Amino acid sequence: MDKEFSSAEITKCFLDRMAKYVHWNAFITVCEESALRSAQLSDQKIAAGTAGALEGVPIALKDLFLSKGIRTTAGSKMLHNFIPPYESTVSQKLLDAGAVVLGKTNMDEFAMGSANITSHYGPVVNPWSRDKKLVPGGSSGGSAAAVAGHLCAAATGSDTGGSVRQPAAFSGIVGLKPTYGRCSRYGMVAFASSLDQAGPLTKTVRDAAIFLKVISGHDEKDSTSAARTTPDFESFAGKSIRGMKIGVPGEYKIAGMSEEIIDYWRKGAEILKDAGAEIVEVSLPHSKYALPAYYIIAPAEASANLARYDGVRYGFRAEGKTLKEMYENTRAEGFGDEVKRRILIGAYVLSAGYYDAYYLRALKVRKLILQDFLSAFEKVDLLLTPSTPTSAFAFGEEPKDPVTMYLNDVCTVTANMAGLPGISVPIGLDKLNRPLGLQLMAPHFQEERLIQAGDVLEKGANFPALTEVA
Amino acid sequence: MDYVETSGGKWELVIGLEIHAQIISNSKLFSSAPTRFGAAPNENVSFVDAALPGVLPVINSFCVDQAIKTGLGLNGCINLVSSFDRKNYFYPDLPQGYQISQYKHPLVSGGYVEIEKADGSRRKINLERIHMEQDAGKSIHDQSATKSFIDLNRAGVGLMEIVTKPDMRSAEETSVFLRKLRSILRYLGACDGNMEEGSMRADLNISLRRPGGELGIRAEIKNVNSIKFLAAAVAFETARQIEILESGGKVDQETRLFDSATGETRPMRSKEDAQDYRYFPEPDLPPLVLDPARVEAIRRTIPELPDAKAERLRRDYDLSHYDAAVIASEKEIADYYEESLKHANADDKDMAKTLSNWLLGDLFALLNKHGKSIVDSHISPKNLAELISLIKTDVISGKMAKDVLEIMWENRRRPADVVEEKGWRQITSSDEIEAVLRKVLEEHMDKVAEYRGGKEKLFGFFIGQAMQKTQGKANPATLNEILRKLLNE
Repeated sequence: MDKEFSSAEITKCFLDRMAKYVHWNAFITVCEESALRSAQLSDQKIAAGTAGALEGVPIALKDLFLSKGIRTTAGSKMLHNFIPPYESTVSQKLLDAGAVVLGKTNMDEFAMGSANITSHYGPVVNPWSRDKKLVPGGSSGGSAAAVAGHLCAAATGSDTGGSVRQPAAFSGIVGLKPTYGRCSRYGMVAFASSLDQAGPLTKTVRDAAIFLKVISGHDEKDSTSAARTTPDFESFAGKSIRGMKIGVPGEYKIAGMSEEIIDYWRKGAEILKDAGAEIVEVSLPHSKYALPAYYIIAPAEASANLARYDGVRYGFRAEGKTLKEMYENTRAEGFGDEVKRRILIGAYVLSAGYYDAYYLRALKVRKLILQDFLSAFEKVDLLLTPSTPTSAFAFGEEPKDPVTMYLNDVCTVTANMAGLPGISVPIGLDKLNRPLGLQLMAPHFQEERLIQAGDVLEKGANFPALTEVA
Repeated sequence: MDYVETSGGKWELVIGLEIHAQIISNSKLFSSAPTRFGAAPNENVSFVDAALPGVLPVINSFCVDQAIKTGLGLNGCINLVSSFDRKNYFYPDLPQGYQISQYKHPLVSGGYVEIEKADGSRRKINLERIHMEQDAGKSIHDQSATKSFIDLNRAGVGLMEIVTKPDMRSAEETSVFLRKLRSILRYLGACDGNMEEGSMRADLNISLRRPGGELGIRAEIKNVNSIKFLAAAVAFETARQIEILESGGKVDQETRLFDSATGETRPMRSKEDAQDYRYFPEPDLPPLVLDPARVEAIRRTIPELPDAKAERLRRDYDLSHYDAAVIASEKEIADYYEESLKHANADDKDMAKTLSNWLLGDLFALLNKHGKSIVDSHISPKNLAELISLIKTDVISGKMAKDVLEIMWENRRRPADVVEEKGWRQITSSDEIEAVLRKVLEEHMDKVAEYRGGKEKLFGFFIGQAMQKTQGKANPATLNEILRKLLNE
C-alpha cells in the first residue's frame, strides 16, 4: 500500500463529486456522515496494520441490498420509508472487509428495467452523455453511473437478466455476474429468485476480481448459495490465456445489430487470439428462445416475490374502506407501471389453464438452454459475445413498447437462465462516442477464466478513460 | 357396510379427511423463531416469518425428521426426492403472500391406518400423501369494532398435511380413524394432537352415493375442531345432502364452515370463487434430497405403536382384548401402565391383570371425578403398583384398598404409609380371627341355632359382625374359612 492519500481524503473527494454531479441522480440515499466516520476508522486500521481486503475503499450499494438502519427502497415508492433492521450478507461482507459505504444507488424499480427509467426516484444520467442525455442502462443504472463518473471506486449491482452487465456496457465499465449460488442472496430485495445474483461494477477487471472474492461464499441463510471455496480471483488477472479455447456463438449476431458492434466483437476475438487463445465457432441453437422464456419465468417468480408488499406490516400503505380496497390502493399507488406489468404477466402465466402452455414450457426451454451451454463448454473454455445489441440510447429515444425494450437483455439473459457467470468488459466507443462492451461467459464456478480472459481483453481494448464529464 | 336408509332408499357415505398436524419442534419450519404456545402476540416472529424484503427460508431439518418419522409410522413410502412449491394468495396473516407447501412432490406417498370399530371389525383407511407446509398466522377480529389484529406467532410453524383417500363410510369410522391417527402421532412424538389448541385440525370431504355407485359431488367442511364435533358435522351434512339429492337436486362442490354452536354447516365459498393458487416450484429452496441412511436411522427410532403394544399386552399379560386396546390407545396411559408394571412383579400375569383392572376401573373413575388426565394423576404408577402388592400379599383387602386409593389421591402418600397410619393392616392370624368369631357366635347363639336349622343366609350376618369387631381388617378368606369350620363343629 502506497498510502499516497488517506481513506478520509478519498471518501471526502467522492462525496464532493457526488454533490457536484447530483444531477446524474445516481444515488437515492447518501450516507455522508457514516461514510466519513468509517473512513476515519479505516485509516486507523490501516495505520495499525489490521486493514481488511477493501479497507477504506469508498463504494456504493445498489439500493436493493438491505442496509441496517439505512433506508432501502429498491427504487420503489412501496419501500420509500423502509429502514431495514438487518444487513444483507453481501453488504456485510463488504463492511467486514473495510469498505466505506458512500450511499445507496438509484435503480429501476425492483430491478425491473434496462434503462433506469422505471425508478420512483427519477432516471439516472449516463456520465458519457454529451449533446444528448443518455441512459446508463439498468437496472443497476445508479451503480454504473457512479462508477463510470468516478463517484465511487466500485459498486454492487444485481443481475437477473443482465442488470449488471448491460449497464456496465452502456457506461464503459466492468460488470461481473457470478455463477448462480456464488454469492448469498440473503438481504437482497428479491426480483426473480432463481435468476438473481449480486455482482460488482468496477473500473477494471482486476477490481472486479478483488470485489468478487469479498462478496463470495456459502451462506447458511441462503439455501441456494453454493458450498464452495472461493478462489483467489485476483491472481488470475495477468495470467496467460495461451491455449484457451474461446467460442463465438453465431446466434448472438442479433438481427439489426450494428456493424460497429460486430466489428468490435471481431476485434475482441482478435485480441484474445493474439494472446494465444484459439477462437472456435460454436452454436447455441436455443438462444433465441431465451428472452421470451425469461420474460415468463422472471415475472412468474416476481409476482410471488412482490406479494409481500401489501401495506400490512411495513412500507407504503394507501388506506381503503375494506381490506381488499386497502390492498388494491396500496399496490396500485405503490408500484410503478413496469412492476405492475410484470406482476400481471407473472400471475397470468401461472394461472390455471395457462401454466402448462407458458410457465412449464419456459422451464423446458430453460433446460434446453443450459444443455446448449453444457455441450458448448465441452468444446470451449469460454464464450465471447457482445454485451448488448446497441449502445446506450438517449432519453426520449428509448423503445416505446416494452417488448423492444426487453431486447436490451437479449445477449445477457442466457447466462442467467443457465446460472452461468458472465462479465462485460468495455471494448470501445461507437461513432456517437458511446461505450460498447463485450461479454465473456464461463462454465459454472469458473469465474477465474472470466478474470483471466477479461483482463487480456481489457488491456487489448485500451478503452479510453472518461476524463471530462458534463 | 354402513348405509344410511331413508324413505328414498339406501345411501352410502363417502368421507375423506385432510388433517393439518403441527409438527412438534423447537423452531419453525423455515426460521429459527420459537414455536412455544402461549407466548405474547407477535413474540415468536423472526424477519423470515414477517416476510421482510430479502429474507430466505431455510428448512428445519428436525421438522423433516419428524415428518419422515410420521410417514414411516403411518406405513407410507418416503420419497427420497421431494420439493416445495409456493401457493399464492393474499391474506394479512400470510405475510409472504404465499404459503410454502409441497404440492407436486410430497415427502410421503401412500400409507394407511388400521382402525377397529366398536363391533370389533377392522378396516384399513388408506392415505393419499403426507406433505410439509407452513402454518399461517392468526387474524383477530373480535377486539375492535373497526380494526383487525394480526398475530404472527403461528406463522411459519411446521405443519404436516395428512390426506386420506375417500375411505371412510360413517361418522364412527371417521372419528375412530381420527382418534387412532392422533394416538399414533402422539406415540411418535410428531404432533401433540391437541385439537382445542388447534395443533391438529381436520377438514372433511363428504359426498353421498347409491351403494356401489359413482362417487358423488363432495362438499368440504372446515373448522371441525374436535372429534366430538366430527359426528355432528357428518350427521348434519349427510342430512343436508340427502335432502338435496332426494329432491332431485345437485350438491354444490363448495367449501362449508362448521359452526360448533349450532352444529350446522354453512357455505363459505363456492367452486366459482375458488381461488387460483398459481402453484409453482419454490425457487428459494432446492429439492429436498434424502439419504436413505437417514430414513433408516429414523426408522430405528420408531417406538412400539398402539396396535403392536396392545397385541403384546394381550400376549404377555393375558389382558382382555378390550383392556389392552384401551391401555394402548393413548401413549400416556400405556406409559403409566408399563411404568407401574416395573414396580410390580411383572412376571406374575395375575398381578398385571389386577393392575390393569385397577387402572381402568378405580383410577380412571378417580380421574374422571376430578376431571384430570392420566399425566396429572395424583397417584404415581409406583404407588399404584405398591397398592396392588399390598392386596396381593394380604396386607389389606381389595375392599379396603379402595379406601386407601381415595386417601392416596387426597394426600399423594404411599399406600403403605396410609395403611400404617390408619391402622388398616389386615388381620391374617387364624387364632385372632377365630377368637373374634367365637365371641360373635357366643353373642348370637339364637342365630347360630337358626343357621344350623337351615337358614344359611345368616352366614353373611356373622361375617358382618366379625368385620365390625375388627373394623373391617379381618382377612376375608381366612374369616370365611374359619367361620365355616366353627359353624360346622
